[in-house]
Amino acid sequence: MLLLMQAAPSESATLASYPAEVRQLLFHYVLQLADTSLILGHRLSEWCGHGPILEQDLAMANIALDLLGETRSLYQYAAELEGKGRTEDDLAYLRAAVEYRNPLLVEQPNGDFAHTIVRQFLFDNFHYPFLQQLKSSPDERLAGIAEKAVKEAAYHLKWSSEWIIRLGDGTPESRQRVEKAIASLWRYATELTTPTATEKALQEAGIIPDYAALQPAMAAHVAHVLQEATLPTPAASTFALAGGKEGRHSEHLGYILTELQYVQRAYPGLTW
Amino acid sequence: MVATDVTEARVWELLEEVLDPEVPVLSILDLGIVRGVQVAGEQVTVHITPTYSGCPAMNTIATDIRLRLLAEGITQVTIHNQLSPAWTTDWMTPAGREKLEAYGIAPPVDGTATGHMLNLFGQDTAVRCPNCKSDNTRLVSQFGSTACKASYQCNDCHEPFDYFKCH
Repeated sequence: MLLLMQAAPSESATLASYPAEVRQLLFHYVLQLADTSLILGHRLSEWCGHGPILEQDLAMANIALDLLGETRSLYQYAAELEGKGRTEDDLAYLRAAVEYRNPLLVEQPNGDFAHTIVRQFLFDNFHYPFLQQLKSSPDERLAGIAEKAVKEAAYHLKWSSEWIIRLGDGTPESRQRVEKAIASLWRYATELTTPTATEKALQEAGIIPDYAALQPAMAAHVAHVLQEATLPTPAASTFALAGGKEGRHSEHLGYILTELQYVQRAYPGLTW
Repeated sequence: MVATDVTEARVWELLEEVLDPEVPVLSILDLGIVRGVQVAGEQVTVHITPTYSGCPAMNTIATDIRLRLLAEGITQVTIHNQLSPAWTTDWMTPAGREKLEAYGIAPPVDGTATGHMLNLFGQDTAVRCPNCKSDNTRLVSQFGSTACKASYQCNDCHEPFDYFKCH
């Protein structure tokens, strides 16, 4: 999947200009973004061949591929920021679960189709406005990656929003399933917009967007979609679960990595 | 054979012969993904930009560019992958759009690349059926057989077809 690309990515003008500590912070942050796209993309790819209908099977595989593309650009940048000779493949295949920095939401199992849709909707509703802001980052590489990925994320958010509406305003069975998924997954959404120490430092440095500024648009879109879906708004006081962005994961991540990293672990250094 | 007199214009001519592996009627110039060519002595640099972040054809395209230039004796080739400014379907040439429609894929509708993507349950715009040329078509799915296509069906001739979606 993460084949070595012959085309060399461009060296950002700002990369060399960062002080060592900013570079270190940025390395961890870019890894977090890359891990997030990789793990969610992997989860979606698990649907391949199992989708409820062909068009939606294809949709999930397409979204997985978009996320994987974003992942590669991010790992390539992370590898350069670290500057220790590790490649995008090393970062994806040779780190342990505790070194992964994805939020807990994206590693949650697929469950049924409604469960996958709610997980995707919560992620897309953050991902799209986040990328819109990241496009204006003074970091040229992050801005370039965001400029590319935001067009794709718009299609993702449209897709998951429409499915929340179809399921909520659908049959008693689809409604019951989407309600159950919302009850189970809503508690993971807070972690997306709660900055870690690393994120706070980069926000203060003006390199990444302030998540608080994203909240009004995110809340408005959720309210609109839930209303169209005739679904009640979940209570804001729901017990929030977090920790993935600091390496404290649910047991699910280990199982994902076991499968995702199997070939490199079994045959170290193998290339395609 | 070593080329010593390679010019930028010659490199552009050669790139016209490199085809998109997924839509082999389009050259990479029709597609608008070649952003620049530089020639310095025997060193040739080609700047390309991906259509989609995860486009699996980019590796093949980079290899095909190298092979085409190599066949002319151009051995020192750097392929620079450039993300910004991001590729848009508006860069596809008029010739490319015609070839696409003749091949059975509806070309992107001009100037809609920055359209209202969050118009829930709405479709981009009227897409013309490449088979019977009717505008009476419907969106089946925003996601199709490859990352760059959506699935449509014609309400008149009932032909299902791919639409090269706006980006």
